Amino acid sequence: MPNQDPKMKAYWKKNLQTLFVLLIIWFTVSFGFGILLVEPLNTIQIGGYKLGFWFAQQGSIFAFVILIFIYVVRMNKLDKEFDVNED
Amino acid sequence: MEILTWTYILVGLSFALYIGIAIYTRAGSTKEFYTAGGGVSPLANGMATAADWMSAASFISMAGIISFSGYDGSVYLMGWTGGYVLLALLLAPYLRKFGKFTVPDFVGDRYYSNKARVVAVICALFISFTYVAGQMRGVGIVFSRYLEVPIEWGVVIGMCIVFFYAVLGGMKGITYTQVAQYCVLIFAFMVPAIFVSMQLTGNPIPQLGLGSTVADGTYLLDKLDGVLTELGFAAYTEGRKGMVDIFMITLALMVGTAGLPHVIVRFFTVPRVKDARLSAGYALVFIMILYTTAPAVAAFGIYNAIESVNEKPVENLPTWVGTWQKTNLITVDDKNGDGLVQYRADKTVNELTIDKDIMVLASPEIAKLPNWVVGLVAAGAMAAALSTAAGLLLVISTSVSRDLFRTFNPNMSEKKELRIARIAAAGAVVIAGYFGINPPGFVAEVVAFAFGLAAASFFPVIIMGIFSSRINKEGAIAGMISGLVFTLSYIIFFKFISPELNSADNWWFGISPEGIGSVGMFLNFIVCVAVSKMTPAPPQDVQDMIQEIRVPRGAGAAQEH
Repeated sequence: MPNQDPKMKAYWKKNLQTLFVLLIIWFTVSFGFGILLVEPLNTIQIGGYKLGFWFAQQGSIFAFVILIFIYVVRMNKLDKEFDVNED
Repeated sequence: MEILTWTYILVGLSFALYIGIAIYTRAGSTKEFYTAGGGVSPLANGMATAADWMSAASFISMAGIISFSGYDGSVYLMGWTGGYVLLALLLAPYLRKFGKFTVPDFVGDRYYSNKARVVAVICALFISFTYVAGQMRGVGIVFSRYLEVPIEWGVVIGMCIVFFYAVLGGMKGITYTQVAQYCVLIFAFMVPAIFVSMQLTGNPIPQLGLGSTVADGTYLLDKLDGVLTELGFAAYTEGRKGMVDIFMITLALMVGTAGLPHVIVRFFTVPRVKDARLSAGYALVFIMILYTTAPAVAAFGIYNAIESVNEKPVENLPTWVGTWQKTNLITVDDKNGDGLVQYRADKTVNELTIDKDIMVLASPEIAKLPNWVVGLVAAGAMAAALSTAAGLLLVISTSVSRDLFRTFNPNMSEKKELRIARIAAAGAVVIAGYFGINPPGFVAEVVAFAFGLAAASFFPVIIMGIFSSRINKEGAIAGMISGLVFTLSYIIFFKFISPELNSADNWWFGISPEGIGSVGMFLNFIVCVAVSKMTPAPPQDVQDMIQEIRVPRGAGAAQEH
């Protein structure tokens, strides 16, 4: 039974930890920097961008892409570590 | 060469390409029809997903919406990309491992109930139909503006093309045409954006051009803030909507994206779980190229439009104003008779109205780009609309053939199922075309709400189905129905029953109907958990299946029942 297997439990736990960390970053760059903190961040100007505005229209999207690729690399490693990877 | 000639050539060539691909890759089995045989490479699937996802709205309207709403337009930028993180992390790998063909398939099996399956089919059909009608309309509009044929003929031509390759090719044909359509649409979007960015800021990369300086040495965004406030508008980089509303709309769009059936099914087409993860990443890269360019196009567009028309003599406006006046997308009315055009926030003195679609469609003309660029934009807009329409039609046809007919007639032969799928696709094309020609007034409105409905119905039960083994069929059905009914009622009340009350003062906690899907989603989660706690746990074989989909190894090709 996979659900009684302690190895699978450990795998699932590590998976959830990865998700948790990545989703916190996901929330922070978009809802955090782009919406909730947009006004204080807009007082910081980098080049022609107000920082909060930049996160809302550009920065968060770049961050989303990076997050998915971190997830891909991390999960591929985890799959190998727990020997559940596909050929 | 004339603009019209170029448009005919480029649109014609792109259509020939799509049809050629469709003939070459037509589907022979239900597996190929539903999931392209499960053998699509992650890169190709990423590209197809991007084309599938980016509709006429993304290509034609989004930049213009941002032009006129500034910071508030960020809800679309974040909302329509952030959902891919949820999709990649929470849904795609597990649904791929599950290895069936459709979203209702998963709901029906995971919740061991044909009732749950039927509720899911109804949600999928409703979402897909509203969405596809909007696409057909988009096709018709592009035809009528660029090729000077009536909208009705435009829709019929579009129907024939989609009919041909969606009905013949199924998922396999659609996948490879979408790859070609992505290339056409991204090229068509980027070429004018790069030209305009060069002209305006001297920087060829639009993403950087947005943060650069214009001719007089001030930063573009600062300049735009100044110009707009002077004319009485809100500053470009400031929000106008309430923060709660912005938050809720963004959330509804993100979660809705992750719950849209035509996007989810794309992840059934790759061979392995790790390919599903990777291909979500590729998809977002391809989407990012357009989505980070759009805010630049938006700012360039509104800046250029104001600079070239405001306070200019009515008799001597640029030629593109005249061209687009014919389609009523621009109107000029010299109210005070001073011979100049005044663009103002105050409606009583404003003399210029510009439709949001102009910002992309007319951008080559505004920037005085060569005629072939105009033709290219037409072909790109068409690619965006057709690729999304095809993906939606496939969801409709599989929902009918697989989730309805097969469920109640499990001994049907594969050949018969394939025939029903094709007939359903054909029927869906005709219905979508009808709505494209005779749009009920609410189509545009409803498309935006499809996201809220997807967020409030599918997303919670799929997530819970994967991450909890305690949620049972009673919980899932109650959750889906309560989320859907709540969201629909709120939307129907404010949009159709009492539209006069549709303002921030009357909304619950300042949440607009566009953002209410987020609340519906939370309601769905709560009802789902509460009802499940009061009713018995799912049977052992379902619990085993949940453990099974959490582990990547052993994801073969999509399985037959």
